[in-house]
Amino acid sequence: MNRNQLNIRLMSGNEACAEAALIAGMRFFAGYPITPSTEIAEILSRRLPKVKGVFIQMEDEIASMASVIGASLAGVKSMTATSGPGFSLMQENIGFAIMAEIPCVVVNVQRGGPSTGLPTNPAQGDVMQARWGTHGDHPAIVVAPGTVNQVFEWTIKAFNLSEYYRIPVIMLLDEIVSHINEKVILPDPSSLAIINRKHTTKMPGEYIPYQNNANMVPEFIEFGLGYHYHVTGLSHDESGFPTNTPGIVNKLIRRLNDKIEKHRHQIIKLKTEFVDDADTFIIAYGSTARSAHFVARMNRAKGIKIGFIQPLVLWPFPGKEIADIVKNAKSIIVPEMNLGQLSHEIECACARPVISVNRVDGNMITPEDILERL
Amino acid sequence: MSFRYEIRLSGSGGQGLVLAGQILAEAAAIYDGKNATQSQSYGPEARGGSSRSEVIISDEEIDYPKAVSIDLLLCFTQEAWNKYGRDLKPGGILIIDSDFVTEPKDRQGAVYALPIAAMAEKAIGRSLVANIVALGLITGITGIVTKESMETAIQSRVPKGTEKINLKAFGCGFDKAIELKTN
Repeated sequence: MNRNQLNIRLMSGNEACAEAALIAGMRFFAGYPITPSTEIAEILSRRLPKVKGVFIQMEDEIASMASVIGASLAGVKSMTATSGPGFSLMQENIGFAIMAEIPCVVVNVQRGGPSTGLPTNPAQGDVMQARWGTHGDHPAIVVAPGTVNQVFEWTIKAFNLSEYYRIPVIMLLDEIVSHINEKVILPDPSSLAIINRKHTTKMPGEYIPYQNNANMVPEFIEFGLGYHYHVTGLSHDESGFPTNTPGIVNKLIRRLNDKIEKHRHQIIKLKTEFVDDADTFIIAYGSTARSAHFVARMNRAKGIKIGFIQPLVLWPFPGKEIADIVKNAKSIIVPEMNLGQLSHEIECACARPVISVNRVDGNMITPEDILERL
Repeated sequence: MSFRYEIRLSGSGGQGLVLAGQILAEAAAIYDGKNATQSQSYGPEARGGSSRSEVIISDEEIDYPKAVSIDLLLCFTQEAWNKYGRDLKPGGILIIDSDFVTEPKDRQGAVYALPIAAMAEKAIGRSLVANIVALGLITGITGIVTKESMETAIQSRVPKGTEKINLKAFGCGFDKAIELKTN
């Protein structure tokens, strides 16, 4: 029997990510293998040639990110997958893609850091790097699913968001959610909403590549159709050519940031459970949300009023939305596999202290770790 | 309280414990229609080092995927027993390869001490399939997954061309378990 033909399958997060990317229409992958992300590259190296896509193993992550940008400019939905050290190398070109408004998806399967850290162990230490890893004032969309079903769903959403807003979307996975195998119910691909970047209807010569629009996202046209325009990491005017003119630069940087910030309500997503009458809240993302949900579920069964909040989108940060849900809370617990990167954001958003439960030893946060702090 | 069964397969890297866990989880989740997760913990080595693979089987959603209180522990190495033995719950089932693990003393509960790798070598001519022999033992001893589902999962997961020897290895472990239970 061929398990690949079943619509209910036991799948790992990395497998689900690769499958969903293909369904989203991704046809170009460039990368450099690194644990714990390697299976994404492995699977796509076999699958992409069969759908007339391109898989290329580059010499490093700098080049991988550069070729993803090139392929996307040629009109192909593109992605790469890496882990901490590789994600660090990609930062410069991620900034280029943000500045030049080039859609792509970058998967970072987090492992222990800093540096080469713990290659085979989970961590969530790249939350701030995903937001601020590249320099300058820039927007970011970062998603962080916690189950294999969520990886599948949010890989497709990552491509949709990236195409719609013309921005690299970062998927922050971790070793647990990437390597766990669990049951996935695959949807009928025709039932899924797939968004493609908006193409211009203007003719060459009339087309202004970075012209502002009602939704603040310029229209796209791929190279190779006779349109010639300038793409640069330098501050540029609507024609795409570099400029130092303060008014134009100011408009560009504000538009880039506003196109995400002004649409944040369409981007962010919180999964909540047991929140209506809760007086204690556990807020967790990625695989840590699994431990948090376990604790909430077990304590609810005992009649303890615990609420569960899982931000599926970390950036733009859903601070106002979280603050609104927890406004009457007695206590807020934020477990994460780092030293409090999101806890700090939540404290700022809610203007009150939270209980930060942390682990940086390469192990998943256990229900006990959370229970001790209830 | 709903049903949650926790299995930890432990040994060293390269013994096929991750694959064995995936087969168990696939049998339980896909062919038996329960819920199951398989997760793992291993070092950076391709071979050697300690390796463990955990399978949780439940009739409801599995959020936390790591073992909390182990119902069944398989140990292929002494190091694995030394490291994980204490996580086995009282009354839990222990299966060890008796050629590599000195039978644990003072162990309360069921202990199945069998020369698993040697059984694989004898039945198939390859000690490499010890992981699949162990799956046969687990299936026969616990009944936590059905034999038919395991056979389907083995065929779907093992490398092409090795289905026959792996099914034979599974049968070898399963028959041994039934023999032990009826005696």
